Amino acid sequence: MISPESIGRTFPGTESITISQSEIDAFCAVVGETNTTVAPPTFSIRISLQQSEVILTSPEVGIKWDRLVHGDQKFDIKRPLKAGDVVTCSSTIESARIVAGNEIISVRSDISTADELLVSSWSTLVIRA
Amino acid sequence: MVNASDSRMIKDQVLDEKIFYVNRALLKQYADASGDHNPIHQDEEFAKSVGLPDVIAHGMLTLALVGKYVSDIAGGSANVLELGARFTKPVVVPVGSDVDLTVSATVSDVVDGKVSLSISATSAGVKVLGMAKAVIQL
Repeated sequence: MISPESIGRTFPGTESITISQSEIDAFCAVVGETNTTVAPPTFSIRISLQQSEVILTSPEVGIKWDRLVHGDQKFDIKRPLKAGDVVTCSSTIESARIVAGNEIISVRSDISTADELLVSSWSTLVIRA
Repeated sequence: MVNASDSRMIKDQVLDEKIFYVNRALLKQYADASGDHNPIHQDEEFAKSVGLPDVIAHGMLTLALVGKYVSDIAGGSANVLELGARFTKPVVVPVGSDVDLTVSATVSDVVDGKVSLSISATSAGVKVLGMAKAVIQL
């Protein structure tokens, strides 16, 4: 179960991440994108999911990652990520509820440089009973 | 493919469908590119042990391919402002097969150069994404 105190809280990103051209290239190759000057629309999941795993599985929050199913996902892209961007990714636990014994958690991830918000994304995560 | 640069989009316009093919090799490639190494997307035995019919594609791979579809309509990834969907049904990927992901879209709104798209994504005739939407900038 998620710690009730963590609902509504924003947890800052735990590390500073530098986006590399090679990771953008690898993501583009999967979908057949030939223009690799900016990251594809869903590329930021590579950062946000890893960062939220660190935060959500911390003892402070207490989510069991191995029971997790991805329910939905939305991206709001202010400016696409590109190679050389140095970003952090915060996670905000916007809501949590229990449906049929499964815990349903809505998490917002904000990926920002030192002075600019680049991508906000929302994930609904279902933690199966 | 209808492209933003050569056609002015109007509400209710139906955009050309595109078919992507998903196989086990693509799942491995996406796992490496995304960092999502959940064994339900790689290991048949594991997938079945947790009640799935077979290995399934990452929901986010499906959405990444939809992202490519939308980027092509928008004239590039840089013109995609919003993208989202609900993962309603898994894309099942048996060994040795190329499974289709068929994507199409309808223009749901055009406001100030921003075009909203309502997107359909099916695999083997089954709808796999719900509420799939995008907003692009022309």
